[in-house]
Amino acid sequence: MAKITYHTHNNKTHTVDVQKGLTVMEGAIQNDIPGIDADCGGGMACATCHVYVKEEWLDKLPTKEDGEEDMLDMAFEPKNNSRLSCQLIVSDELDGLEVNIPSKQG
Amino acid sequence: MNKTDVLIIGAGPTGLFCAHQLGIIGLSCEIVDNLDKAGGQCIELYPDKPIYDIPAVPECTGKELTNNLLSQIKPLNVKFHLNERVEELKKVEDRWHVKTSGGVEFDVAAIVIAGGVGSFEPRKFSVKECEKFEGSSLFYSIKDKSIFKDKTISIFGGGDSALDWAIELSNMSKINLIHRRDGFSGAESSVQKVKELNHHGKLNLFTKYQLDSVSGNKQIETVKIKHDEGEIKEIKSDYVLGFFGLIMQLGPILDWGLNIDKKTVHVNTENFETNVSGIFAIGDICSYPGKLKLILSGFHEGALAARGCFKYAKPDEKLRFEFTTTSKAAQERLGVKK
Repeated sequence: MAKITYHTHNNKTHTVDVQKGLTVMEGAIQNDIPGIDADCGGGMACATCHVYVKEEWLDKLPTKEDGEEDMLDMAFEPKNNSRLSCQLIVSDELDGLEVNIPSKQG
Repeated sequence: MNKTDVLIIGAGPTGLFCAHQLGIIGLSCEIVDNLDKAGGQCIELYPDKPIYDIPAVPECTGKELTNNLLSQIKPLNVKFHLNERVEELKKVEDRWHVKTSGGVEFDVAAIVIAGGVGSFEPRKFSVKECEKFEGSSLFYSIKDKSIFKDKTISIFGGGDSALDWAIELSNMSKINLIHRRDGFSGAESSVQKVKELNHHGKLNLFTKYQLDSVSGNKQIETVKIKHDEGEIKEIKSDYVLGFFGLIMQLGPILDWGLNIDKKTVHVNTENFETNVSGIFAIGDICSYPGKLKLILSGFHEGALAARGCFKYAKPDEKLRFEFTTTSKAAQERLGVKK
């Protein structure tokens, strides 16, 4: 288990234990955290699980695969710290990760 | 008014196979889809990516799967209504009357919603004032390019649509192409062409910029774009085009009184009927305990929903279970020649 903290756009904070091996997207869906739609189910074929990663965590994340940046072009208000949460696999290194969920996904 | 037994909403793999299942049990159907072609997510999101989990098909692309399904239902002469989105639903005695965005009307005995995650619509700018200009000087698709002649156009996006239009319109208009990063998702040859045009002053390329605001009276006059580092540029612009791909939205189905939770419609697993009698839901849009969002699940759901439609379409007849290998009736419907 790793602790992941999700900050929603209306300033609510949800800290949950997410099983290692699951993605940050799945952690949100399983815990009913609002604001992550994940329309394509984790296939990197949409951009509706978009999150902003807290700056100090950016270097610790797995690097973007081909295609993630392309999908982020389609996200709602992408920034430099944008990631698709379906591509972030939870591990010991990510224990304590904090992400902000955008005000909307579409 | 189109009178048919069943209206299928959504021409993705699930909807297409349901049409087949309706056809072999002797029911007629027509299909509505908001996209301009059949195939749904398979054709819109991953036409060239391989799929490995279709039973008995070791590997095929989204496009191949769609084409195979279309050829499988070809003998049934199913009528498609593309570029149409269902809008209104009305119960008239024991039939349903449905009307689409383009005014096409249907009179049907049952409805099968195979709408995936919703209908595809263009993803829009997040800047609030954009709505005011949408349709007059701000567009997400191009219907008549002649209006852009000798005008200044600001195009946003980095995919093929943005690049292709920037290249094409650079012959007759002054083009600003604005994208949020240095890399592009469009074809490499288009990226090279855009860079060349930029180099020769035929187009102005701004990377690491995003739209900050638009202003103007009735029409857009200027746009402000903001660099990653915070710098803001103001550029004159008669038109703004945004190409950010498509997003899926449930739309009017939300108002049909269906039991909807998290963008999915609750169904029973006996015949995939919703809480509203005569309205069925199959594929990614339906939910039930154990639901898997796989194409193969959609096929199974479509087969059962088709049989569920039978009692509404032919209330006085009894449906007999038959195999296509031996059923003369099914083979006739499929046009099998002996």
